[in-house]
Amino acid sequence: MSFNAFLFQALNGLSAASGLFFVAAGLSLIFGVTRIVNIAHGSLYMIGTYIAYSVATKVGGAVGFWGGIVLTALLVALIGAAIEILLLRRIYRAPELFQLLATFALVLVINDATLWIWGPEDLLGPRAPGLTGSIEVLGRRLPTYDIFLIFVGPFVLWMLHLALAKTRFGRLMRAATQDREMVGALGVNQAMLFTGVFALGALLAGLGGALQIAREPATLATDLIVIGDAFVVVVVGGMGSISGAYLAAVIIAEVKALCIGLGVVNFGGFTVNFSKLTLVAEFLVMAAVLIARPYGLLGREQVAVRSVAEPEEPLRPATPATKIAGLILLVVLVCLPLIAKSSPYTLVLGIDVLIAVLFATSLHFIMGPGGMHSFGHAAYFGLGAYGAALLVKWFAAPMGLALAAAPVLALVGALLFGWFAVRLSGVYLAMLTLAFAQIVWAAVFQWETLTGGSNGVLGIWPSAPFDTRGPFYFLTLALAALGVLLLRKFLFAPFGYAMRAGRDSPLRAEAIGLDVKRVHWLAFAIAGAVCGIAGGLFAFAKGSISPETIGVSRSIDGLVMVLLGGIQTLTGPIVGASVYAVLQDFMMRSTEYWRALLGGIILLLVLAFPSGIVGGFVKLISRRNTTSKAAS
Amino acid sequence: MSAPMLSVENLGASYGAAQILYDLSLNVGRGEVVALMGRNGAGKTTTMKAIMGLMAQSTGKIRFDGHDISGRQPYEIARLGLGFTPEDRRIFSDLTVLENLDIGRQPPRKFSDGVPAPVWTEEKLLALFPNLGEMPNRPGGRMSGGEQQMLTVARTLMGNPLLILLDEPSEGVAPLIVELMANTILELKKAGVSILLSEQNVHFAELVSDRAYVLEKGQIQWNGTMAELAENIDIQRAYLTV
Repeated sequence: MSFNAFLFQALNGLSAASGLFFVAAGLSLIFGVTRIVNIAHGSLYMIGTYIAYSVATKVGGAVGFWGGIVLTALLVALIGAAIEILLLRRIYRAPELFQLLATFALVLVINDATLWIWGPEDLLGPRAPGLTGSIEVLGRRLPTYDIFLIFVGPFVLWMLHLALAKTRFGRLMRAATQDREMVGALGVNQAMLFTGVFALGALLAGLGGALQIAREPATLATDLIVIGDAFVVVVVGGMGSISGAYLAAVIIAEVKALCIGLGVVNFGGFTVNFSKLTLVAEFLVMAAVLIARPYGLLGREQVAVRSVAEPEEPLRPATPATKIAGLILLVVLVCLPLIAKSSPYTLVLGIDVLIAVLFATSLHFIMGPGGMHSFGHAAYFGLGAYGAALLVKWFAAPMGLALAAAPVLALVGALLFGWFAVRLSGVYLAMLTLAFAQIVWAAVFQWETLTGGSNGVLGIWPSAPFDTRGPFYFLTLALAALGVLLLRKFLFAPFGYAMRAGRDSPLRAEAIGLDVKRVHWLAFAIAGAVCGIAGGLFAFAKGSISPETIGVSRSIDGLVMVLLGGIQTLTGPIVGASVYAVLQDFMMRSTEYWRALLGGIILLLVLAFPSGIVGGFVKLISRRNTTSKAAS
Repeated sequence: MSAPMLSVENLGASYGAAQILYDLSLNVGRGEVVALMGRNGAGKTTTMKAIMGLMAQSTGKIRFDGHDISGRQPYEIARLGLGFTPEDRRIFSDLTVLENLDIGRQPPRKFSDGVPAPVWTEEKLLALFPNLGEMPNRPGGRMSGGEQQMLTVARTLMGNPLLILLDEPSEGVAPLIVELMANTILELKKAGVSILLSEQNVHFAELVSDRAYVLEKGQIQWNGTMAELAENIDIQRAYLTV
């Protein structure tokens, strides 16, 4: 590649950076003040592309396009404010992860609402009136609209800086980012402030989306792609730093542009197609930054957030009643094939649910007692599934061997990723685990010769005697029950105490001689290995495995399951996984808009049970107990 | 005597399962400086936080200037004219001195009987605390403990409070600053502002307070005039000296 071509790609990268910066800046501002990681921020961007498309095509001309961009930004700001007022305001006192769950439900609802309003086709907007031409730069033609975008980014950055420094609202935002409780004690109505910040963040996302319609079509896949990119940018730049977000947006966009520019390169016999490494490259940059500067390039170490949520209750060993209930459940599950004789589908669903339970329980192991909120648990699921599938594909391995290899490969992956992850905490840990999962996903997706790329691996069927549904169900049940009991054992062993001590007070735990990082690293590895079993079972249950089954959405499914059940209870993930798997299955079969329905149900649950289904139940019972005691 | 500015009845407060305050009652009259005395961990800070609406779990009845403020949001309480200066100061370290003051700004207000409360401006406060006047654009994070202590008081005054909850203003600052704090409290009292002061140090409290409550294990153990407490060595020995 010539030097000129290199520079040209760099310019391309700069224009892409602007859009990325808008979303990331909004996300960062909202997180800073409200401490909510708004997963629905990509959805707001997506709505922006659709609204701007509609205005531009309906009104037409320069007014429709440029006026549409302004109108879109304002409308999306209103939507953001509405979301804050109607939903988030009710759950500020709920645990942080619950707020995540709520914003994820919004992603589902907004996606289906968009599908309903605009339909499934990609919509290509008009070109920007007045900026349709191109100019010659370095021997190539660069669209003038791209040049315009290159300048819009820094301009908005400058405006935001002015607003933060010179307006009272900006000062309040900066103060609240640091200590929102104190801001409240000084007479500032937080609710108004939060609504304002949410509206501003949404405005930026809407603006970013609206500006894109002249370059790329509006599509329904935008939301998760954009939020993934925005996470990377915010984390690389440093949470809450606007300049950091711009810097990181430029770096990420440049790295991607360079990968595309490099194309296929020959390294002494090896050919590497760099244009297919954009995803891996993006997340490698993020992983590298997080390891070298855990708080991002321009971020600062977060002051411990003054939590408004109640502290975690200690875990209690199972009471006799719980044990009996568990036993009854197990008996029912063992008898399920008998009951299910009339409807064979019940067993298929049963297998799905059991795999979900194993997946969710292993995630809960590090999230609840470990306090490590992994956003990338799909990585270990994927390693297990692909490990088993590839052994069958390339070595015609018997099922037993393949299933045994699944946790081993997942364990190796978890040991490697966990070593880095336990050095971080909170949102940063979440983002790093997400990055690792994306690397696994991208490797599987782009290494076609080994993994079959997007087609996946087909024909992974169980061998006799498990080649019929009944026996395979029993195998799944046995492994799931073993896995769950094993994880439970760990939690009530000294290792589990050490893990919880490390979560509750790392400093004090270190002071009594615990190597907290090592304990958490081991926990991470154990959870990964158990998750790998779930992945292996999944490959054999479906007979195939493809990249889309191990993507971000699986990690998020896991989070939703754990949170639905309640993170502070051990039965939570089991209940949460079962409810979620059954709900999803039921709704996917009953309506085209199952995402919206699922999202709606999650929202209702979040509002009704801010401590999860099981958590809410436990609270209800303990409240009844105390009132009856008081009465007697 | 007319109704007190602040009256607290049967206040209880907990962190999670741990109850910190039990059945605590106290009151502060208009223009009065009242000391809340006790050792570390006695519950002084929790009392103030509970009054300010900053404790998630609290019970009891709190009235302020004729309003029932139990269970109200902190910002609503602050807007009624109750100021809070936390013991750990909680300065916004990214913001400059002037910006910190701006966050505390509230409109001028009156007592419920129509008498206007003292009005504070940046100029007045920078004159009251000359050290701050020398560094209006310094970020809060690059100030000494004493300077931060002045700033936190000044920031609360920007809200033109009728009563201030002043949590351990003399803790961990140089003797010169302690003296300045004592003078400031007397100045505020003269201007008609009431103060509930939490304190461990009898000598400091004696300089400024009219009455005192002695707190231990989350309960009021003794109350009386400051002069009585200053002479009562037994109470001091039992609940205050280390």
